[in-house]
Amino acid sequence: MSAATTLNWTAAPRGDAAIRFESREATREVPWVKWTILGISLTFFAVFLLMPLVAVFVEALRKGWETYWSALIHEDALWAIKLTLTAAAISVPLNLVFGVSAAWAIAKFEFRGKHLLITLIDLPFSVSPVIAGLIYVLIFGAQGWLGPWLAEYDIKIIFAVPGIVLATVFVTFPFVARELIPLMQAQGREEEEAAIVLGANGWQTFWYVTLPNIKWGLLYGVILCNARAMGEFGAVSVVSGHIRGQTNTLPLHVEILYNEYQFAAAFAVASLLALLALVTLAVKTWVEHRASGGNQSREAHQDAAS
Amino acid sequence: MSIQVRNICKTFGNFVALDDVSLDFPTGELVALLGPSGCGKTTLLRVIAGLEQADAGQVLLDGADASRTHVRERQVGFVFQHYALFRHMNVFDNVAFGMRMKPRDQRPSEKAIRAKVEELLALVQLEWLADRFPSQLSGGQRQRIALARALAVEPRVLLLDEPFGALDAKVRKELRRWLRKLHDELHITSIFVTHDQEEALEVADRVVLMDRGHVEQIGTPEEVYRQPATPFVYGFLGSVNFFHGRVDGGNLRVGEDVLPHSPQDFDTGSEVIAFARPHELDLVPDAHADTGVAARITRILAFGVTVRVELDGLNGATGQHFEVELTQQRVTELALAEGQTVRLLPSRLKVFQRNDAIGASA
Repeated sequence: MSAATTLNWTAAPRGDAAIRFESREATREVPWVKWTILGISLTFFAVFLLMPLVAVFVEALRKGWETYWSALIHEDALWAIKLTLTAAAISVPLNLVFGVSAAWAIAKFEFRGKHLLITLIDLPFSVSPVIAGLIYVLIFGAQGWLGPWLAEYDIKIIFAVPGIVLATVFVTFPFVARELIPLMQAQGREEEEAAIVLGANGWQTFWYVTLPNIKWGLLYGVILCNARAMGEFGAVSVVSGHIRGQTNTLPLHVEILYNEYQFAAAFAVASLLALLALVTLAVKTWVEHRASGGNQSREAHQDAAS
Repeated sequence: MSIQVRNICKTFGNFVALDDVSLDFPTGELVALLGPSGCGKTTLLRVIAGLEQADAGQVLLDGADASRTHVRERQVGFVFQHYALFRHMNVFDNVAFGMRMKPRDQRPSEKAIRAKVEELLALVQLEWLADRFPSQLSGGQRQRIALARALAVEPRVLLLDEPFGALDAKVRKELRRWLRKLHDELHITSIFVTHDQEEALEVADRVVLMDRGHVEQIGTPEEVYRQPATPFVYGFLGSVNFFHGRVDGGNLRVGEDVLPHSPQDFDTGSEVIAFARPHELDLVPDAHADTGVAARITRILAFGVTVRVELDGLNGATGQHFEVELTQQRVTELALAEGQTVRLLPSRLKVFQRNDAIGASA
């Protein structure tokens, strides 16, 4: 019974705590403090977040639906969509596998250079995307280390789709791993050891014990990874070469249209990316809700039982 | 099934967890591995289970070398200290897990699994919790479910790591009795690890005392309590008073004080350490007596069946604390008061050579 109460306390949604705090005379702030803080944050939100978002859609539709639609179904735009989806479709699964194995290695094994690995995982976040792109140009480019060899075999990486995929994989690598490492570290090895002692083989242990424990974290990481993969500009811009209808992804296409003063078309394509961001946020919120919701319904169940 | 451990060594970096440990666990017994934290008892348990690989030595299960056998083929049941229940599965699925993971040709039918799980839940008296999730159970319930889950694969050996460590005192006592009863019903060879001497002495058929990677003593609870083989065992099992002294003919010299005790097998002049349990010490009120170690009473705790007297050593035993257990009657008779100087007289002393007396201050 006491255990149940403690659990409920810790599991109580934060909003509840805020309401409780606010409803008490003793802990309540004076009104002007409250309204000033609210005012500042809401103004900031409106100017820096909401306005640009609205502006994108307003600008996109300024010349009517027809212009909007024709910008989207333009051959180059369709190609850019296809390329973006392809890059994401390759890099997200790759990072899913890399991320899970990196997190697994860090959380479950002891080895030399572990701290170095943890630090290096963040490299794509800390380094400027331009440099990320340049690294690949230096390695695979015509004047790069492997350039002559690749030219000999007629393999094109830079200014081609493989380069775009490589750059995307690089910049989106940390998302899955970062999400999983703390989760897997917190969960420790005990459940997996229990599974092995009970006769489960490696695959069964992963599928029935490890994966269910990390699935929401994993999904969360994948969503963020996907959002970044589709929106990446800097690194991709360096390696792509901006060849229209060949190596142009959506963000690059927006830039090209903008530079050509085709504002309505630029915003139309941009609105597509913005829409994608909104969908991502919605899915992310749903995942977060599910991840904590599972626990809460269990708590409720427990309440009823005790 | 019998378990034999032969010359097991295990180090973690510079830390020696197990140093050439050899033990026999006879079939059907409930054995406690007892020792302070860091003594290697959990490591030994994990080596037997196969969760840890020994640097050297062998583990024999039923006489066959299991060192190369994978954990999942050893048929051991392991109950983890923090239970390690699968948190996303309900109690039923947790218990059924081991059976469902079997290769297809050995796997029982879903109906047989259901029957077995129900039987096990009945055994641990928690049938009504089948649909609950681990987070909805109390500590004691989790412990029993963990046990049911371990038993589901019909293990040949049951290994329990600090089975009652995470429970509160009352539940712990209940579960201890329950585990003993369960063992008497199942007669499965079981080893449990504990740092709680009371728990080990109360539950086990046999106690293995360990310290810093070594086995100090093996015996029934009574043997290890009555005849501790080493200073460590003496100090670890129950409260203890000790005197540093030198053998002087038929006496033991503690500083300027003399204890009338004739330690055998010790030459005159050898440095020794002598142990006495609190109830084996008596107090003589006369501060000028010829024998006994002088001490000052600091506290008299008279709330129990017996009276506990705490003292600070004087003369030869300065800086040492003593604890004496007397009957209420004896205390009244002596008219003891705090601050009074008295002499300690042991009715029984256990004497060890000084150089191997390290660690006895526990």
